[in-house]
Amino acid sequence: MAERKTLTFAVMDPPFETARSTTLLRLLDIAVRRGHNINVFAYEGAVYLPFALQKAHPNPAHGRNAEEENHVLTKDLIAAVMATAERAGTKFDWVNCGMCVDERGADQAIPGVRRGSPADLLKMAQESDNTLVIGTR
Amino acid sequence: MSHYLLIESRDPFDSPDTGFVHDLSRKLVEGGHEVTVFLVQNGVLPARPCIHSAALTSLAQAGVKILADDFSLRERGIAASSLIQGVRAAALDVVIDGMAGGAKLIWH
Amino acid sequence: MKILNIIEAAYRGTIEEQDDTILWLTTIMKGAGGDFTVLVRGNAINHCVTSQDCSGLSFGGWEQMQPPRLASDTATLIDKGVEIHYVAEDAAERGLRPGDMVPGVKPISRDAVADLCNAHDQVWHW
Repeated sequence: MAERKTLTFAVMDPPFETARSTTLLRLLDIAVRRGHNINVFAYEGAVYLPFALQKAHPNPAHGRNAEEENHVLTKDLIAAVMATAERAGTKFDWVNCGMCVDERGADQAIPGVRRGSPADLLKMAQESDNTLVIGTR
Repeated sequence: MSHYLLIESRDPFDSPDTGFVHDLSRKLVEGGHEVTVFLVQNGVLPARPCIHSAALTSLAQAGVKILADDFSLRERGIAASSLIQGVRAAALDVVIDGMAGGAKLIWH
Repeated sequence: MKILNIIEAAYRGTIEEQDDTILWLTTIMKGAGGDFTVLVRGNAINHCVTSQDCSGLSFGGWEQMQPPRLASDTATLIDKGVEIHYVAEDAAERGLRPGDMVPGVKPISRDAVADLCNAHDQVWHW
């Protein structure tokens, strides 16, 4: 197991719109499995990644019902990665930018997500070993 | 000297700005820094032999290590064995290991 | 820790956000004690043009009272002590001259971007 580090990610993209959100989730999964502590600052549309009200649906183009489709819901992926971190005893801190939450009405997030501000991103970055910013287009 | 890890998610068919990563990488290598360009998402497209491959091969010849996310390659039907000279497939873990190892990361 | 914030996207949601959200983010983090430099490149250089005006939008009976004032926000960030650079070649390619830009923004050559990256502990490309 690699030496434990604290890594910060800042992200902007909402779910279901770009490949960037998928790559972020892949990175978080790898980082947690590697045993690192994780901070995520979700800015702008990324506050919808852990949105609690995401719902699965069927896929009529493929004739699959909701259960068969087992649609990706990013809130579930995040919850699963959080659970992995918890079992490993590592930290996983997800902060949604509060004003971004307000203007989008995205205030219902899954447990473990907290509301914050850009000052949290600065603090996370200052107190972690490295930071990766995944901007949007 | 620093290790730079430039993560290129854009491709030259869709974005004229991939030159930014090429230019910056060359300059950093010339300055004695270790530079890795990690292609991800559509950024792996020029790793398949195509009209934009020469620029990537040239970058590799300039001393830049170029890796392509194995999942992104498979997703696009690009076999690791068919990659252009100078590019090899690698797991996304490289990014996390780079972060943990203190590389300076730039996502493009 | 010195951080270089690179801004490239232009007019991305700026009307709805009433700000360039990365300039805004930098302003807030500077106020929280962060040590930032900003590099504006690509189309985002247009945010430094003094003649921008997006005032007057209305939708039905709703009028926008606080349109984004990107040039003014750029000047304010400079006044707060943040150095703002722009890539000279990117500006020239877009037909922009130094006189078109907010006073205080500093041109650097494309070749000097690597040196700017080297001079900072982290580089955040938004």
